[in-house]
Amino acid sequence: MCQTCGCSGDGAVIAEPGHQHEHEQHEHEHGHEHGHRVSLEQDVLAKNDLLAEHNRRWLTERGVLAVNLMSSPGAGKTTLLERTAREADLPMAVIEGDQETMLDAERIKAAGAPVVQINTGAGCHLDAAMLDRAVHTVEPAPGSVLFIENVGNLVCPALFDLGEEQRVVILSVTEGQDKPRKYPHMFASADLVLLNKVDLLPYLDFDIAAFLRDARRVNPDVEVVRLSATRGTGLTDWYSWLREHRPHFAGPAHGSAGGSAGQKRR
Amino acid sequence: MHELSVTQSVVDAITERMGDATVLGVCLEIGKLSGVVPDAVRFCFDVVCTGTTLEGAWLEIDEPEGRARCRDCAAEFRLDDPIPLCPCGSANVEITAGRQLRIMSVEVN
Repeated sequence: MCQTCGCSGDGAVIAEPGHQHEHEQHEHEHGHEHGHRVSLEQDVLAKNDLLAEHNRRWLTERGVLAVNLMSSPGAGKTTLLERTAREADLPMAVIEGDQETMLDAERIKAAGAPVVQINTGAGCHLDAAMLDRAVHTVEPAPGSVLFIENVGNLVCPALFDLGEEQRVVILSVTEGQDKPRKYPHMFASADLVLLNKVDLLPYLDFDIAAFLRDARRVNPDVEVVRLSATRGTGLTDWYSWLREHRPHFAGPAHGSAGGSAGQKRR
Repeated sequence: MHELSVTQSVVDAITERMGDATVLGVCLEIGKLSGVVPDAVRFCFDVVCTGTTLEGAWLEIDEPEGRARCRDCAAEFRLDDPIPLCPCGSANVEITAGRQLRIMSVEVN
């Protein structure tokens, strides 16, 4: 902690409600040993982004719609995928990301979809290298939808392009309406937001209008679909969205689908 | 804690580019809207450098401010908050700077 003003100096601003003030970051000079400077000027995540592009090309060449599904733990990602596997009548495959266990993969397998599990160990997100390995294990069928269920986390996965075509963020109403403001990077990067567990709305103070306003403050054009994965409410809208975004795949051998999905915004 | 993998990516990229050269220092640019916390990177840096050609290297981080342009009123303004909002009230805002996450240079013997 800074001895002058009590700020932590770690980028986190600590303030009491009604007493917010901002600290300037303190600069700390160090006695550096200097040699000669070599300019590199490269993106830190260049390697990940390159691999993500490689994944994107591989997937689009096969007419596979890759959907990166992100949310907090317990928002209903796996339940939604189970239901989608049973009901949507879409060819699909799933890559499951969790720190530990095969639990989610077993649920998806029982629902009838091909699945592989990535266990990240200490890792808090999936990256493009993990996806590359997983994609070649699950081998999604040409023309199918590949769901990538990211590690439950509203922070880190937002930063890492996997090579997906669409980013879908699930928020369950039990988490509270303020999440787009609290986790703006995640909601800013979403192509679609699914508002899940709407069957619980009568028991909660969740203000949908406020949620929509905040979601559109961080992402003005974002689509929002309301659903309940356990009760089945609103799922036809979700399935329609998937069908709309699925490439028009011509056939099993060399589909003319694909197109040039550019680098997704983060 | 994505800063650990971000820092690992920094060290991997530098060792790949610089080969066996001993790296004395590293200059990074972490934009204020990048979603990466510079001090968390500093925290990870020494640990990740251990046992590599960067062991003991100093780390300098420049934090460029966020800049944005309003699509409604065309104003250009500074933005330090990841929630983009133009002073005119519009949220229809394009972020033009501050998201960068770059290795600018290294110093070698």
